[in-house]
Amino acid sequence: MQFDSFADFIAMGGYGFYVWLSFGSCALILLGILFSSLNDTKRIFSSVKQQAQREERIKKAKQEAGQ
Amino acid sequence: MWKWLHPYAKADRAYQLCNTLLPYFAVVTVVCMIVGWVWGLAYAPADYQQKDSYRIIFIHVPSAILSMGAYSSMAIAAVIALVWQLRNAELAVIAIAPVGACVTAIALITGAAWGKPMWGAWWVWDARLTSELILLFLYLGVLSLYHAFEDKKAAGRAACILAIVGVINLPIIHFSVEWWNTLHQGATITKFDTKAIDPSMFWPLMVNIVAFAGFVGVVTLIRLKNEILQREKHRPWVRDMVERG
Repeated sequence: MQFDSFADFIAMGGYGFYVWLSFGSCALILLGILFSSLNDTKRIFSSVKQQAQREERIKKAKQEAGQ
Repeated sequence: MWKWLHPYAKADRAYQLCNTLLPYFAVVTVVCMIVGWVWGLAYAPADYQQKDSYRIIFIHVPSAILSMGAYSSMAIAAVIALVWQLRNAELAVIAIAPVGACVTAIALITGAAWGKPMWGAWWVWDARLTSELILLFLYLGVLSLYHAFEDKKAAGRAACILAIVGVINLPIIHFSVEWWNTLHQGATITKFDTKAIDPSMFWPLMVNIVAFAGFVGVVTLIRLKNEILQREKHRPWVRDMVERG
């Protein structure tokens, strides 16, 4: 460990603002793209499901109308 | 090899391959990211000149390397898409571009945050910085070009051509610090001369490079899966898979 205390670690020898700005924005961007991509997967899955259910309903309604 | 590769031209096989690869990439990324950040931030020694501000290197260099690495992979996928007319390769181009844009943005932001304390300026119109900014615009150009066309076949072709033309920027970025007078320091890692960086800083940097590469892999795989699903959503195999949960 290069730092004596947690306060020292945060201060980064006076460069704390720049170091934490870099690491913070990096983490933010990485998590942002990761979760937006995972969210896209969820959205596509639910839209496929919805479309399948819709077609099922139409098929049913047509059958009932035909009887 | 062709016989082995050929089934992956099919969308459902490619989708399954993504699913198989994803956990390995995820594990490597999580482990290396945690180890790399803790090592780089807390355990690597301070620089004799730049003191603790140099710790930005542990994300700046990996993101810069990967911004170019991701662009090369995107361009290779674009060549494959154009030459062999493989749709999955085209989807890979569109899957890589947003991740590439993100790591390029990280390289620029961390560079600015490092430049301010060391050079006294957030930004200078220097060859290295400017060419890296152009790389960001190339990524965004590929994406917007793809989304500008209603006809996805034409869109894919246009995006692929732009991706290939943009490769000219990669050697410019790489050699910019040698060709022009610049504020930016020279390469940290060189194959033949390891004296530029001490092992106590080199190894955490390597771990972080692997972490970033893994991360680009993870997000590319997720996005490629999304693109395949999006394009194949009316096919029976997608329906079956969704219904099975």
